[in-house]
Amino acid sequence: MVEYNPMELMICCAARMLENGRTVAVGTGAPCAAAMLAQRTAAPDLVICFEAGGVAPQLPTMPISVGDSRTFYRAAMATSMADVMETCQRGMMDYTFLGGAQIDPFGNLNSTFLGKDYKKPKVRLPGSGGANDLASFCWRILVVTNHDKRRFVEKLDFLTTPGYLTGPGAREAAGLSPGTGPYRVITDLAIMGYHEETKRMEVLSLHPGITMEQVQANTGFTIAGREPLLTTAPPSEMELRILREEVDPLRYIIGRA
Amino acid sequence: MTTPLSQGAGPLYADPSANRAREFFRNKPRALIDKTMSVKDAVARFVQDGDYLAVGGFGGDRLSVAVCHEIVRQKKQNLTLAGHTATHDFQILCAGNLTNRGKLIARVDVAYIVGLEARGLSPHARRVMESGEVESTEWSNYSLAVRFKAAAMGLPFLPMRSMLGTDTFRKSAAKEIVCPFTGDKLLAVPAIYPDVGVIHVHEADRFGNCRLRGTSVADPDLARASKKLIVTCERLIPSDVIRQDPTLTVIPFFCVDAVCEVPFGSYPGNMPYEYFSDEDHLRHWLKVEADPAEYQKFIDQYIFGVGDFNEYLQLCGGLPRLQKLRQEEFLLHRGR
Repeated sequence: MVEYNPMELMICCAARMLENGRTVAVGTGAPCAAAMLAQRTAAPDLVICFEAGGVAPQLPTMPISVGDSRTFYRAAMATSMADVMETCQRGMMDYTFLGGAQIDPFGNLNSTFLGKDYKKPKVRLPGSGGANDLASFCWRILVVTNHDKRRFVEKLDFLTTPGYLTGPGAREAAGLSPGTGPYRVITDLAIMGYHEETKRMEVLSLHPGITMEQVQANTGFTIAGREPLLTTAPPSEMELRILREEVDPLRYIIGRA
Repeated sequence: MTTPLSQGAGPLYADPSANRAREFFRNKPRALIDKTMSVKDAVARFVQDGDYLAVGGFGGDRLSVAVCHEIVRQKKQNLTLAGHTATHDFQILCAGNLTNRGKLIARVDVAYIVGLEARGLSPHARRVMESGEVESTEWSNYSLAVRFKAAAMGLPFLPMRSMLGTDTFRKSAAKEIVCPFTGDKLLAVPAIYPDVGVIHVHEADRFGNCRLRGTSVADPDLARASKKLIVTCERLIPSDVIRQDPTLTVIPFFCVDAVCEVPFGSYPGNMPYEYFSDEDHLRHWLKVEADPAEYQKFIDQYIFGVGDFNEYLQLCGGLPRLQKLRQEEFLLHRGR
């Protein structure tokens, strides 16, 4: 049994979801580490895209910015933001990885501000960036985040980025592309999906040693499990070796756990 | 139609009229004249108080840092900013707010501000935005790119398909429309014709023909959308070289008003194929911002205390530091 920390497990879970030959739009941090790990394990032909214009790079080392030169190192193309976003808008981006300060039961995200008054925020956050666009355009939205009550809330302070909005049919009614939406949420406790009919978040798989009670205690809304509830496979020795030696040798991301 | 059409409640900061933009562009000089000048002169001539300002690159990547510093140094006031992937640029410009030098930024079209991506949030930029002294409207990165694109096309708006259904839309100045062909609900975003655009490129000739390498972000559209455009370049090159391979020109000379040669002009940000970002300096900048008094001292020394960008580079370690960042860009430190 190999030792691993929660961040290493989250990155491995995220990497396993990316299939070979698929396209994924990522930011920096854990999502980028997951894409790099996937490219070095089961998905060597994973097409990684960055919103600043990097298309299909072979990442030598972790980018610091979504637009730095690492994001188009040995890439197929260095293009514009509009070109990447329009590739997504055309329906050619399978996955995107997002995060946020708050997430609600329908997978909507807040990265704009915390507090009650938009004009006088308690904490001003960056805003949408490219998140709203990617969540509107890509087929499947993946979220990687730590699991705590302040983050998993019944009601967001501000709905920056669309999940299922108010529930079934709401995305389509708003004018968003049919068939798109939240897919998985990967945390340090569990892997969540969304109920087919209600579109509310539900637990699919508990990480080793974690109980449903722990997940509920760290979630600010009622959350159920989908039967049969699975147990997440721990990172393999090979995944950990590649993650530690090739993907993040300086422990920028995996050192945060 | 299942639901009625709605519109964002946010204010519109830039005039989307294509006809009024055409009147401006009608009189924009087209002559093939030498536009080289100092950054100081370019900012004094082409950036006016109250202007709508748009800065190219992606945050700190291929950013015209020298022009951002100079705008702060000349204490420009009451600007509206396109907060398109604004990271270190926003951080620099915030030095003109809440530092007893008036109010540099008055309004922001926000897509991304305050943060420096994985490096964290800027404490001073947060103070500025949380004070309530800056008005804002919410957008997304792509919607601002499309707003520049609409202007570059000479149109008043373009349709797109994000922001729908969210608070980002409700705090924007966008409007829902119905596609006249399919009946689909779409988002209409208004063109931005910035009063002044600022872009850093790899190479330019003295007339303003520009070449850039790596990702272009939104800069070719931003260059065409801007009423006035300041270009800084790593290197001036002969116009003959431009004409030998015009396929490489991404911005034509008639869009450009000023050409300033600023070697290492994206420092401390990354310039693709030239030098990597100086993470130590950026970390230091973020750290001193935590204490307002320390921050005042820092900007007094690094921005107001220097005459030009070259003096800033010297203060940050000069050529030895830049040499190290060039090695990092080419991954030489990893044995490649």
